[in-house]
Amino acid sequence: MRVPILKLHNYLLVSIQIELDDQTAMEFQEDLLSKIHETGATGVVIDLTSVEVVDSFIAKVFGDVVSMADLMGAKVVFTGVQPAVSMTLIELGIYLKEVPTALDLEQGIIKLRQELEEK
Amino acid sequence: MKETLSSVVIKQEWDIVGARQAGRQVSQELGFGSVDQARIATAISELARNIYLYTDEGQITFEEVRDIPKVGLKIVAQDQGPGIKDLSAVMKDGYSTSGGLGAGLPGVKRLMDDFDLESNESGTKVTAIKWAR
Repeated sequence: MRVPILKLHNYLLVSIQIELDDQTAMEFQEDLLSKIHETGATGVVIDLTSVEVVDSFIAKVFGDVVSMADLMGAKVVFTGVQPAVSMTLIELGIYLKEVPTALDLEQGIIKLRQELEEK
Repeated sequence: MKETLSSVVIKQEWDIVGARQAGRQVSQELGFGSVDQARIATAISELARNIYLYTDEGQITFEEVRDIPKVGLKIVAQDQGPGIKDLSAVMKDGYSTSGGLGAGLPGVKRLMDDFDLESNESGTKVTAIKWAR
């Protein structure tokens, strides 16, 4: 199963609505970087509203995708992190401090716009 | 009093998701709230990944435990792998031999209420309990 990646102007929008296993997460990482390359997108919003579990592996993939996209010149913002996911990650000891987040899709787009204008 | 609810064999990568879903279902049936369900599912994911990464095969068993008036879920993750050489190192945050974040076992200990780790050359057994509030 693949995670769909949508293009909107110079942004990419992703809503993860499937249970992520390790392989799907790795494929998603590759697909997203290819799509950034293909489209020349400068910003990406990844919405996690439907994601109920983020374990250390998935958290690492998410953290890496931010650094990888950044290296290519695109900003990634995660949105919609559920309260249970946030509590679980901090208890696991994973702080993801380098990962930009926003409450929802709307705030995510605003955040991207601000960050891209600052450059 | 205890009762085995289900058991999942961990052999392939996809089994990690299977174990996590089974654990979520069991925890739902036992009446855990959504945050505890996420804690339990995440803990199972970490334990299952350790089995997948470091051994050929293992299993995760779910048991209902009662300590009247409390009800809890006991997770037993067992394998016949080579065992953990340095038990105190694996309980430190950030220690990993596989390039991971090293959050696994210490993280599971924090997510659950009771935690026990036994390991020798013939295998590893992790027992963790979460009590329903």
